[in-house]
Amino acid sequence: MGKKTPLHDLHVSLGAKMVDFGGWDMPITYGSQIEEHHQVRNDAGMFDVSHMTIVDIRGKPARDFLQHLLANDVAKLRDRGKALYSCMLDEQGGVVDDLIVYYLDDDFYRMVINAGTTEKDLAWLNIQATGFEVDIRPRKDFAMIAVQGPRAREKADRVLGEMATELKDLGVFFMHDYGDMAVSRTGYTGEDGYEIMLPEDNASTLWLQLLEAEIKPCGLGARDTLRLEAGMNLYGADMDETVTPLESALGWTIAWDPADRDFVGRQALQAQREQGVKKKLVGLLLEDKGVLRNHQKVLVDGQEVGEITSGSFAPTLGKSIAFARVDAGIGEHCQVQVRNKQLNARVVKPPFARNGKACL
Amino acid sequence: MSNIPTELRYTSSHEWIKREEDGTLTIGITDHAQKLLGDLVYVEVPEEGVQFGEGDDCAVVESVKAASDVYCPVTGEVVASNEALADTPELLNTDPYGEGWLFRMRPDDETAFDNLMDADAYAELVESEEH
Repeated sequence: MGKKTPLHDLHVSLGAKMVDFGGWDMPITYGSQIEEHHQVRNDAGMFDVSHMTIVDIRGKPARDFLQHLLANDVAKLRDRGKALYSCMLDEQGGVVDDLIVYYLDDDFYRMVINAGTTEKDLAWLNIQATGFEVDIRPRKDFAMIAVQGPRAREKADRVLGEMATELKDLGVFFMHDYGDMAVSRTGYTGEDGYEIMLPEDNASTLWLQLLEAEIKPCGLGARDTLRLEAGMNLYGADMDETVTPLESALGWTIAWDPADRDFVGRQALQAQREQGVKKKLVGLLLEDKGVLRNHQKVLVDGQEVGEITSGSFAPTLGKSIAFARVDAGIGEHCQVQVRNKQLNARVVKPPFARNGKACL
Repeated sequence: MSNIPTELRYTSSHEWIKREEDGTLTIGITDHAQKLLGDLVYVEVPEEGVQFGEGDDCAVVESVKAASDVYCPVTGEVVASNEALADTPELLNTDPYGEGWLFRMRPDDETAFDNLMDADAYAELVESEEH
């Protein structure tokens, strides 16, 4: 029996098919995964993401600590509420986790980390916090609901009442708090929307209100195809401790300047950058009929050059797409070994689809 | 609840088999199977003239989530396959016992059909899987 979010019983009553996800009993779909995907691209859908872990970091040295801990630099966060995507690395430059960190005050930052990596991450945070007087507190008392899609904010605002007036000017990648709730304009779908953090006892009421506002519940299945189309990595599939951000299409998240910021993993990354990376993460678009899947081999002229890390059917494109880790020198064309056939694929730069439309 | 037509025969791997008047067998996947798989997005059917043994993987159905093998219920030769599925794999979801058929074969042994699981036995199997 997996862990349950505060919305678990509601998912079951809505007819969701439940699956294990990182030790949690989560809805994969409420009916049709493809319909849920289109719902988010074209209108508004919501996801229970309460399995993810919110971690509050408080204390005067919070900023120094995060500048030590993260490959991206929280010094970029000058406005309160602003968010930053970053990897947390080990000394070898391997990715311990990817996360979003919010700057809430000079002595108060909030991170959202992955569900499956929570225990490992918290242990790592506590080791790295040696010498920094910070309070690291996982907020198990919070639930989180993501409302995503071109009409998600408009529909959610109807439910959020007075708070909505304060959200009017909420910028992309900003958080706003209101009483015991916090709303951020972030997500994992490539669409506009909110992620709403709230006390777990209030989660069911809000979920039902959002349902009433015609925001359709969507499962982790649609969340996965949406994020893949949007060109967003999934921890554990597209990267882990065995690869660096440079090998994971996340070079843009490394803040090299200032040169004297000695974050964990910096030396290893710098050495790798100087030597040149041998593998990189690319997008693939399948040109033949079929479906790309995780771990299928990528070939050029019959020689293996890499492997698919995430592959699926992309509902917005009506084609199959993937991320693959391949030799850095790969050209535009490759083949993928699918059962006994080699199918033709094109190497492309993600995203594949965002804001309701295909990008290719 | 799954739809399980009484005139068909079934396998424990969720294929259905229909005996046609000319003695050939039409094969597809059951309503229960399509529900488990979710939205189908790609189907690979066998080519005409290919021989399969009972239990061979003979077709592949892929949902958004995963690829699944279809197993040949009897030994015989493929005499037709449903070409429409190449462009409309969703027929397996919308009409699993009709437009969503996969292929037709001529069994080596004409009595093979009679030895397959009937609707009652299959209903019991589905029930045991659902609980």
